[in-house]
Order: sequence, then structure tokens, then C-alpha cells
Amino acid sequence: MSIENRDHIEEHHTNIWSYVFVLLALFTLTAFTVLTAIKVDIGSLNIVLAMIIASVKASIVALFFMHLKFEDKLTWLYALYPLFLLFLLIFFTLMETFTRVPVLK
Amino acid sequence: MANGIAADSTYESYLAKKGFTAWALTTDHKRIGIMYLITISFFFLLAGVTALLMRYELLTPELDFFSTTTQYNVAFTLHGSLMVFFFIVPGIAASLGNFLIPLMIGARDVAFPRLNLLSYWVYLVGTVILMTALAQPADTGWTFYTPYSVETGTNVILITLGVFVLGFSSILTGMNFIVTVHKLRAPGMTWNRLPLFIWASYATAILQLLATPVVGITLLLLIMEKSLDIGFFDPAKGGDPILFQNFFWFYSHPAVYIMVIPAFGIISEIIPVFARKPIFGYRAIAYSSFAIAIISFFVWLHHMFVSGISETAAAIFSFLTMLVAIPTAIKVFNWLATLYKGSIEFHSSMLYALSFIFLFTIGGLTGVFLGALAVDVHLHDTYFVVAHMHYVMIGGTVMGFFGALHFWYPKWFGKTFNELTAKASWFLVFVGFNVTFFPQFFMGYQGMPRRYATYPEQFQSAHVLSTYGSWILGLGIFIMTVNLIAGIFSRKVPEGNPYKSLSLEWQMPSPPPHNNFEDIPIVTDWTYAYGKK
Amino acid sequence: MSTTTADHTEDHAHAHGHGLGEAVTHDAAKFGMWLFLGTEILLFGGLFAAYALFRAKYPDLFVEYHKNLDLEKGVFNTFVLLFSSFTMALAVLFAQRKKQLYTTIFLAITFVCGAIFAIVKYFEYAHKFEDHIYPSKNIFYALYYMTTGLHMIHVFIGMIIILALLGMNMKGKFVKGRYTPVEVGGLYWHLVDLIWIYLFPLMYLIG
Repeated sequence: MSIENRDHIEEHHTNIWSYVFVLLALFTLTAFTVLTAIKVDIGSLNIVLAMIIASVKASIVALFFMHLKFEDKLTWLYALYPLFLLFLLIFFTLMETFTRVPVLK
Repeated sequence: MANGIAADSTYESYLAKKGFTAWALTTDHKRIGIMYLITISFFFLLAGVTALLMRYELLTPELDFFSTTTQYNVAFTLHGSLMVFFFIVPGIAASLGNFLIPLMIGARDVAFPRLNLLSYWVYLVGTVILMTALAQPADTGWTFYTPYSVETGTNVILITLGVFVLGFSSILTGMNFIVTVHKLRAPGMTWNRLPLFIWASYATAILQLLATPVVGITLLLLIMEKSLDIGFFDPAKGGDPILFQNFFWFYSHPAVYIMVIPAFGIISEIIPVFARKPIFGYRAIAYSSFAIAIISFFVWLHHMFVSGISETAAAIFSFLTMLVAIPTAIKVFNWLATLYKGSIEFHSSMLYALSFIFLFTIGGLTGVFLGALAVDVHLHDTYFVVAHMHYVMIGGTVMGFFGALHFWYPKWFGKTFNELTAKASWFLVFVGFNVTFFPQFFMGYQGMPRRYATYPEQFQSAHVLSTYGSWILGLGIFIMTVNLIAGIFSRKVPEGNPYKSLSLEWQMPSPPPHNNFEDIPIVTDWTYAYGKK
Repeated sequence: MSTTTADHTEDHAHAHGHGLGEAVTHDAAKFGMWLFLGTEILLFGGLFAAYALFRAKYPDLFVEYHKNLDLEKGVFNTFVLLFSSFTMALAVLFAQRKKQLYTTIFLAITFVCGAIFAIVKYFEYAHKFEDHIYPSKNIFYALYYMTTGLHMIHVFIGMIIILALLGMNMKGKFVKGRYTPVEVGGLYWHLVDLIWIYLFPLMYLIG
């Protein structure tokens, strides 16, 4: 987008009640993640579940509170690309560490 | 361009206002660019002097110039840290980027002028922190590898803190440039009309923005490791010293491209002007900058082939490393195709641009050798690596930087330098550089390890040759510096657009007015339409 | 390059910025903050990567020592921070609607939430120090202190930003002019929340 001299800022028409609803959803998910962590034992799947719930919460915050829902593709690109790089960092670091073969037995 | 530059002597140049605060507190991107230029040049010369001292030590196999080997270690640490973090990384991107980006895209300033000033001052604070560390400088090399950096008693904390602060400056600059390019282009300045320097600066800015934080946290962890003993990098506590290398190179490999991509941009500007031809393969050059920026995040393990990493990972990364050669080669081919059948004028900046292509190709190809797993095991940590790195960094980035200095000089100051002296100094720099570093390929291949103050006698003749070369190189840079400084005081006033360039920044008076454009231009054609009219 | 010049007299009408339309300035500031948030994610990214590595290497150590963390305080703080994100979103909404008083109220609540979070965290740390648990104890605690500590620094920075926004709002800046600073500052505060959303289960909820 280049200079167009627009003076009008696009406003997002969110109302208060939708924010309240989002907050309640976040609270519910938090309670849910704590409960599943304490009460349910599904071994290593617990961390997976916790991360899925955290990601749902994070997406809700980003989409609604941070208005990502209303943003253009460019903002989406720069919101997601760092996550991809983070994935690369974690993935290759783990891959490297756990495929090492000890030289001395 | 029409005639917007009609010599209107009434305008006020950006250099007109004098006084300390008029500079120190300026938000004018041009002034900030000049301030960066002066600061990085200072550090370049300082780091160059440490290199000359090291080369002087290496004249003989014994330790004679320095009194202890630690002093030699301190010298190469200073040389590396200053050159990498204080000159090359912020260098072209911040100084030339600041000056040129708004002019080239037809904007009055960058998107966040005050933040831009802050970046400069943060950079300066970083340099001050580093300078205070000089009292007892680190001896770890610029890479600060654990476990040695944790164990050594020298001042690693201050030096890494300095680099950490610099990172902030780099991030803010990168963010500023990305927003500027997206939001402030003049009407009609579409992506496919942008000068290639802008594409290059944009790709660099992505790396600055997204790679730098990782080195930030790495250095922070190193500081914590030293001060709080957190044990992330300490095997005795369950940590992993190679984790440091993984983190460090996740930044520092992309950082290599932070250093060199802006130089690609400069070469793409200089060559079509002095070949009087449209740039060949515009899109290929533009997109390959992006390809490099993206691929550079996949290859960092190739710095660590012999540090005990997994063979599986090493093999994968050796393969991935080869991918970088493709976009880089695309650029070289396109520059050569631009030169083909052009009417070439050997301006001093063009000489630097041509030496860039020649030297960078050597640097790049030896990089492919080093990326090959089996070869690297033999060559790792030898002078071969030193030579490769300097062919890329000096032969690439610094040649591009010198070319830019000579190319945009009239734009910055509205003055010009002595062209004959410039050509002479170019000759000395080119010859001196090759005499210094070409022998190092052979030394390294024969097994001369890097970072040693003493060496077996068999290497002496090559070392002596290399040291003589460093003197020629030093002399060349000295003459060039004097020539450029003298130019400011000369009375010769060049034309506003001495090279008849079509790029937007030349379509205005030199030096540019404070506000850049009285009226924002409307762009109707491609930047490189040479020979069309 | 062929160019013509156009008379952009409107450009000169704006005193601030460099003669850019308000919408451009607003978009630019918001976009700039999103870019910066990407940087922040990767700054924490190093710690997340270290966490992944060490947790995969020493799962038992993590299970063992996370029990010493105060789960109740952690849950409480999570609710506080989520709530503060909600009030921040409302502050942005009211700034947009030029309701000065409501903006003040919700910015103040957000600030107080940040302070509560910090106080609770202070007691958690203090308790750990009493038990002589320092970052050097083991990898788990090193990670715990590094991640929560870095997060804490971000909370403080966020609180300073909110204070600045409060000051600007009291002067009526957002009634007379753009509300961009509230939106941009809000984005930063939400990031603090986002990071905590991940830190909380990673530290307190290890099965």
C-alpha cells in the first residue's frame, strides 16, 4: 500500500459483549487445562493436550483482542512467519541433539 | 525524469544546519545515515589496525611482537567483534539504507524517524559498553563459544552485553525499514519498479528483525551462565555446550547475509549505470535476495560439522547448504549478463563493483567446498576458512561498501573526490587484498590452523607474503580514506546527476534538500530503463 | 526513471508525522508493532527451544521439580493476566469511541492487574529464595527463572507503557487526535499475555 492520503482509520466494529464472551472462553479453557493436567493421566499426551489448549487460547487472544481477524494478509504473514522460524529452531535443534551417536560406548 | 532537478539554488540542503544538537538530535534519515557512516568507518579503521598488528606478529613463527599469546587472542577477538558487530552488520544496512531508502522510494523520511534516531543512539551505547570492556578484553574470538567463554577470566560479559545492545539497534532499524518500504512508497512505485537496493535492504531487514532476537537470548543466556551459573551450556549440570553453537549460528548464519545482501543491492545499482544497460533479470535478482533470506535459516549447522554434532544432521545440512549457492549464482549470472555488450565506463565505483563480482565468486565457491561435509572436516578451523570468510566479507561486502562510498559520494556531500587517486587506491586495495588472502587458501589446505600466534616454519613464506599484502591493502585503504576526506573540502562541485542515473535519488539536487521532495513524485517507469531514451 | 510530480497539498496540511495521511501513520505504527512482536516471539523462542531440548532429555527432572511450584498462585496469575488482556481490549475500544473516562478506567484496571501479577510473582520468588532454590539449582529451575524472569521484565515494560498511555489519555490526546498509541500499546500488552499462556502449562502443569 502506498501513500493514498486516507484520513479515515478503519474501525473494527466489535462490541463489548463479544469481548466478555472471549474472556469467558479463555477462563473456561484455563480451568479445563488445569483440570486435565491434574485429573487425567494420558502420559506424554498430557503435554500435547496442554499445548493444544494453550494454542487455542493464544489464537483467541490474537484474533479478537489483538484484532488479527481484521488485519491484512501482510500482518498475518509477519505474525505467522516468526512461528515458523521458531518451529525450525526447535525442530532442528532437537533433531540434531537426538540423532547424535556416542563415539565412546 | 522530467526536470525536477533544475538547478534551483534557493533550496536548503540537509547539511545546512550546523551545531552539535542539530546532528545529535536529528530525525532526518539522511543525517542519521551520515552519522552511522562516520561511526562504522571509525570502527572499520580501528578493527583494521588490530588486523595489521596480528599480521605483523605472524611475520615470524615465534611470538615476538605480542608478549603473550593471550594478547594475540585478544587482538583477534577485538578484530572479529569490531568488524562483525560494529562495522559489517550495522554497516551498509544502517548507513546506506538510512540515507537511500526514503530517497529511492520517494518518501520524505523513514516510517518512524524518532525510533530511527533511537536506533542510532542505542548502537552508540553498545559501542561504549564494548569500549569499556577494552580494559580487559575477551579472548574468545567473536563467536564466544562455550565452554571456554564461560571459563575464561577475561571480560566476556561486557563484550556480549555490548553486542546484545547492538542487537536492539539492529532490530529497530530492520523493523523501521520494512514498514517504510511497505507503507511509504511514492505513488506508482510498484514492487516491480523498486530499485534493487530496496529489495536487498528489505530482505536484509527481515533477517535483522527475526534472526537477531535469537542471538540476543543466546548472549543473555551466556551472561546468565557466567553470572548465575544456570548450567544450560555446562555438561556437568546436564547442559549442552553445542546448544550454544546451535543458537549462535541460528542467528549468525543469517547474519552473514545481513552483511552481504546489501552489497548485492549496491552492485545491482552501480552496474547498470556504468554499463548503460537495463539490469538483466530484474525479477530474478530481486527474488533471489528473498530466497537467500529464507534459505539462510536452514543451513546453520554447517558451521558445526566437527563440533560433535550428529552425523545425520550434518549430512542433511550439508545438502541444504548447497541450496544457497543457487540464488547467489543467479545474481552473478545476471550481473554478468548486464555487462555483456554494455558500454562500460570504469568509474572508481564500477571498479569496486567489478572486483566485487570477481572476488565474491571466489569467496562463494570456496564456501561451497566448505559446505561439503567431508571436505569441511579437513579444512575446518584452518586458514582456508579465514581466506574464504575474508573473500566474502572484504571481497564481497567491503568492496560493495567502497563502491557505494565512491558512487553516492556526490549525492551525500555535493562534492567530489579526485577520481585518479580513487582509481589508484582501488588498485592498491585490490592487489593488496589478493596478496593477503589468496596465499591463505594454500596455507589452510596444508593444515595451518587459524587463531594461532605461532606456527611451524614451513608456513613462514606464505605468512610473510600475506603480511606484505596486508600492508599494501592498508596503504590502499589509507589513501582512499584521505582522498574521500579531502574531497569534502574540495571546491569541485559536480553536476546534480553526474552519472545520468535514472534512479529516483539522483532526480533531486545534491546534497538533497532537508525535506527530500517538495512534492511527492509520481513514478511512471522502471528504475533501469537505460538506453530506452 | 520517468516521474512527474503531483501537487499533494493535502500532504502539507498535517502538522505531525511527515505529511502522511492519518490512516497511513496508523497502519504503519500497528504494522511496526506486529513486526516487533515477531522479534519478541523469537527472543523467547531461544528459551522455548532450550525447554524442549531439556525436557525431552530429562523428563523425570521436570516432573519432579515442577511439584515445588505454587500451582494456586500460577492459576491465579493466569486469570489475572487474561482479565487484564480483556480490560486492555476494552480500553482500546473506548479510546476508539473517544470515551475518555472509560479509557482511563480500563487502562487503570489493566495496570493494577499487571501490578497484582508482579506482586504474586514476587511472593513466589521470595518463597523459593527462602528455600534456597536459585537458578543454579538445576536445569528446571534455571529455565523457570529465566523464562518467568524475562516475562516479568516484559510485564514491567508493559506497565510503563500503560502509565504513559494513561498520561496521554488524561491530557485528552485520544479524544482530540488518533487513538493509535492505545492500540499499539495494547498489542504489546497482549503479547505479554500470549507468552504467559504458554509459560503457565509448560512450567506449572507437567503431568
